[in-house]
Amino acid sequence: MTDLTALTLAEARDALKAKDFTAVELTEAYIAAVEAARSLNAFIVETPDIARDMAKASDEKLAKGQGGALEGIPLGIKDLFATKGVHTQACSHILDGFKPPYESTVTANLWADGAVMLGKLNMDEFAMGSSNETSYYGPVTNPWRRKGSNANLVPGGSSGGSAAAVAARLCLGATATDTGGSIRQPAAFTGTAGIKPTYGRCSRWGVVAFASSLDQAGPIARDMRDTAILLKSMASVDPKDTTSVDLPVPDYESAIGKSVKGLKIGIPREYRLDGMPAEIDALWQKGIDILRDAGAEIVDISLPHTKYALPAYYIVAPAEASSNLARYDGVRYGLRENGSDIIDLYENSRAKGFGAEVKRRILIGTYVLSAGYYDAYYLRAQKVRTLIKRDFELAYAAGVDAILTPATPSAAFGIGEKADADPVEMYLNDVFTVTVNMAGLPGLSVPAGLSAEGLPLGLQLIGRPFGEETLFSVGSAIEQAVGKFSPDKWW
Amino acid sequence: MSVDTATVRRVARLARIKVTEEEAGRMTHELNSILGFVEQLDEVNVDGIEPMTSVVSVKMKRRSDVVTDGQDPKGVTLNAPLTDDDFFMVPKVVE
Repeated sequence: MTDLTALTLAEARDALKAKDFTAVELTEAYIAAVEAARSLNAFIVETPDIARDMAKASDEKLAKGQGGALEGIPLGIKDLFATKGVHTQACSHILDGFKPPYESTVTANLWADGAVMLGKLNMDEFAMGSSNETSYYGPVTNPWRRKGSNANLVPGGSSGGSAAAVAARLCLGATATDTGGSIRQPAAFTGTAGIKPTYGRCSRWGVVAFASSLDQAGPIARDMRDTAILLKSMASVDPKDTTSVDLPVPDYESAIGKSVKGLKIGIPREYRLDGMPAEIDALWQKGIDILRDAGAEIVDISLPHTKYALPAYYIVAPAEASSNLARYDGVRYGLRENGSDIIDLYENSRAKGFGAEVKRRILIGTYVLSAGYYDAYYLRAQKVRTLIKRDFELAYAAGVDAILTPATPSAAFGIGEKADADPVEMYLNDVFTVTVNMAGLPGLSVPAGLSAEGLPLGLQLIGRPFGEETLFSVGSAIEQAVGKFSPDKWW
Repeated sequence: MSVDTATVRRVARLARIKVTEEEAGRMTHELNSILGFVEQLDEVNVDGIEPMTSVVSVKMKRRSDVVTDGQDPKGVTLNAPLTDDDFFMVPKVVE
């Protein structure tokens, strides 16, 4: 038999239905792949027993010609999603030993559709980071390396484990989350596809909260079709999340391969940054040419408040984080460090349990929300956010169907390379993606080429609210023109 | 605006995170770098602009005012580091 892990999710799904192999066989192939790739540190918890039980149950359904949309499909789950009875720590020490007695809505949707859980994936602590280096469980290694080099690179973050696991073919797809770029940036760094859907499309219930007005779950997968299939299962209308939007979930897969003729694609001039590497600029131009050749109309647009998105984000997100993370007190769950009184217990538990980046953001958030500073920082940032959203609304009102930008300002960098840098330098990784979270829009990362050093680069497509189908059509037009990218196996 | 070490210690106290002298010094530097970065928002004219309260324009959903969960003290205290008879245990807070 050929290597089962070489198949895409769609191919594996169809082969399982045709009974070419069983879900148990497919799952065993992935369990072996996960074990053989431990050096990448993508999975922090492996759940082979659960996977085998789920695969057996899938085979029984498939044998009867039954089964859901993902029956027998092995997936990896970001550690931010609550999985009943299984390690859920947001890759933080402060949730030491936490095993929720409940299941997140997104993962419950996946299991209801027949998917198989391979384990929990590494990530930046509480999803705060752009390199997966802030994880309590250590960094993830990108399966991609520069041509002729064996230096280890970061997979991006915060969903670094998800992106690396998909790129290395350790699972058919992975759940991820995106607060400022945490799906799209790691997807771009690993040659994988990822979508942050419109705010409210996927339920946040059971997803460890970072910045509640920005957090959205979405999939990372090998190609556009697989990403579309996964998003359909992850998305739902959930009474347990009041921000879950009451709209039926469309069949995203049917948007794949649809003609883009006549679609208006906006090219925002403010995304052309000073000092942007020439190859990022060239990649962007390649995307423009592909879409023009496919019959789309290319229009220059202006999103004048773009440069203010990142600074506004670094007020709004830490403010919400400082509030959300107040619950980790050493009393109700997780790590407890004793103290002379209750405040001492709180202070000791939080000092030991949180890593440096999380502490930094809690302090910034606490500061900007503190008496006397609220108006100057938080209120002003929320006003700027209104202006950022308005920029997009004006572009869409003028008839633009989707916006094309680079996904990241560079290719993947080395592990430890930015260790001594200013925190702001790391934040700049999200300069193209963060605007989308601030406006609540859908954003898709499409692998679009390789750098001169042989590393993957991605383009981003930004859509209208709930315009995910258009993004998949445009994304698949780019995919069709450039092909797919996978790393040479060295691990 | 910039912060000094005393402010960082006060904010850390508000956030209930113990910081050492060395950490407070390092964090002062990092926080000032971030505050310097966000200062560019002062250039934006926000006169008459409403602050954002929701990114999607939907009416907040309401649900019936009924109990849908509860009666599960074991589940609630399951992950607590220290419990006694389904109660969370903390150092004495009342003299």
